[in-house]
Amino acid sequence: MDSALIPKGVKRCSLGRFSLWMIALTAILLWGVIAMLLCWFKGLNQTNMNDAYGFALWIWADLAVIALGGGAFFTGFLKYIVGKDELKNIINYAVVIGVVCYVSALLILAIDVGQPLRSWFIFWHANVHSMLTEVAFCLSCYLVVLIIEFLPLLFENPKLDRKPFFHHLSHNMHEIMAIFAATGAFLSFFHQGSLGGVSGVLFGRPFAFREGLFIWPWTFFLFTWSAAACGPCFTILITRITEKIAKKKLVKDNVIDLLAKISGWMLGTYIIAKIFDTWYWAAYTLPKQGFSLIDFYSNNPFYGIWILIVEIFVCGIIPAVILISSKGRKNKRLFMTAIILAVIGVCINRWVMVMQTMAAPVMTFEDWFMYYPSWQEVATTILPVAFGAIFISFAYRYLPIFPQESELNPID
Amino acid sequence: MSKGSKHKDKKFGMVIDLDKCTGCGACMVACMSENNVPFKENESNKLDSITWMRVYKLENGKSFPDADICFLPRPCMHCEGDHGHAPCVSVCPAIATDYDHKTGIVSQIYTRCFGCRYCMAACPYHARYFNWWDPVWPEGMEKLLNPNVSPRMRGVVEKCSFCHHRYQLALDKAYADGRDKIEEDEYQTACTQACPANAIIFGDLDNKKHAVYSLKKNPNTFRLLERLGTNPKVYYHSSREWVRRAGDNYLKHETTKA
Repeated sequence: MDSALIPKGVKRCSLGRFSLWMIALTAILLWGVIAMLLCWFKGLNQTNMNDAYGFALWIWADLAVIALGGGAFFTGFLKYIVGKDELKNIINYAVVIGVVCYVSALLILAIDVGQPLRSWFIFWHANVHSMLTEVAFCLSCYLVVLIIEFLPLLFENPKLDRKPFFHHLSHNMHEIMAIFAATGAFLSFFHQGSLGGVSGVLFGRPFAFREGLFIWPWTFFLFTWSAAACGPCFTILITRITEKIAKKKLVKDNVIDLLAKISGWMLGTYIIAKIFDTWYWAAYTLPKQGFSLIDFYSNNPFYGIWILIVEIFVCGIIPAVILISSKGRKNKRLFMTAIILAVIGVCINRWVMVMQTMAAPVMTFEDWFMYYPSWQEVATTILPVAFGAIFISFAYRYLPIFPQESELNPID
Repeated sequence: MSKGSKHKDKKFGMVIDLDKCTGCGACMVACMSENNVPFKENESNKLDSITWMRVYKLENGKSFPDADICFLPRPCMHCEGDHGHAPCVSVCPAIATDYDHKTGIVSQIYTRCFGCRYCMAACPYHARYFNWWDPVWPEGMEKLLNPNVSPRMRGVVEKCSFCHHRYQLALDKAYADGRDKIEEDEYQTACTQACPANAIIFGDLDNKKHAVYSLKKNPNTFRLLERLGTNPKVYYHSSREWVRRAGDNYLKHETTKA
């Protein structure tokens, strides 16, 4: 029924099967929409946030999806600026995943503010000293860039491609895409960094506060670095999941191998910087403020030193070593383990920078603050996941996302 | 204020004598009443109730006969920051909170705030509160609200303002009287006036004629979390070393700052 919309040379499941998949995803999406409407109409009292936990699950989700969406800017940077041409076979998908992540981030932010109708104040009454202002500007601009990067792909849909206008527009946009990729990389560098700065500048919160270079705390650079390292890992993970669901190979191994190798080196160098940052923070920054490292990993029911070990060693050093080594990348199981660990690692990093920062007591006569999210918070966090799955499903079905698909899966 | 008068910048602050505070809570009640602070039907969860002025109970952790307690009233510290930035002011993305260099007061503009709560994350004193609900007053109480203070709506952050409206009223009165200065007793916060033990002293920290000027120099005076560089304008006084030590974080081998 929808065969006219499906790209040439590829096979897709029946429309009935696709519809069933969509119904399941839409049900989850609706659950999230109900929770979102509750938050908008009844207010943030629908959440389990409180005055100690002003930043909670949503801010973590925001930071995490933006880091994971970092695959778009870094793959674009490698393809268009560095000139790694093989990556043209995965760049489309990286952009699609990027669009999903950034739309999700902005949606979550729109739910997370107490007065959503005043959200434009951040642009109108902008405080140039605030990291959040920088985040808002760069995030919005970069989403526009991502959409521009996505449009030519959309115009390549067989139905649209038949119209000469869209055909030529798509072709011409491809020609100048390097400019947008460069703009995207520039904007991403800043907003990924600003998100690191959001917690790093909090000099009243010793767990998060970091010294740095000029106005930028070290977390500014670490966040950009980790997003560039782990974002591509997320792109690879989603590609593999898509291949699993579609039951066919979509990207050649040499493309994945190249991206994984670069990710491995990025992760390896990042984790060295992270270890150095942690050591400096523990040895110099904290003692100046009257704290020792163990103060932030004891006397509470959850945040033990294990979380630091898992973040740095299990989800940092181990995946970096696997991805850097050619043998590690060739072993499928080991390779996927490394990819998953890297993705978990960056999520843990964002978690502690938000949640542990809020949980740790600063005044000596206060105790740790513990928090668990309400169902409305969980549902609105799953909402973007459902949205992402729907968006990706539509994109995969109707757009020529994977240039190597027809070659890898010839139709008899 | 008469035309052409030279106004010296002020730095309003407090010195709270913790040896005098009995923990009666009169300051909290006066503050809520003065500033139209909303309250819930069930106030048992203190993590989402609003208390611009909050009295903490501190214990020295020892058993009888050495056990000792201290009550510590905590308003907004109106931090100046070591580098001229209060922790909360510099992070607000919409300039909904501002540091007034003429008074040293950190203000909150409720109609500008869009409720991102970044300032709350930045404040180590937990002096900032979010309006999780719209204020609901018991029937008839809306007629008793202070007309000089605007009630806040759901979804915005609020905090102690050092009863800034009282400062404006004092300035208005001085202007009407043809004076260009206000006296110490013309501008006092509600908590200061309500304290039966006279534990809270308020005034211009830079004015030699004000009591706080000399009180803040007492060797037993300290500020909360000074080592973070927040540079607060609320000072505490206690002759008890364990209380002073509780005011900041120290490594085990470090001695309490004199």
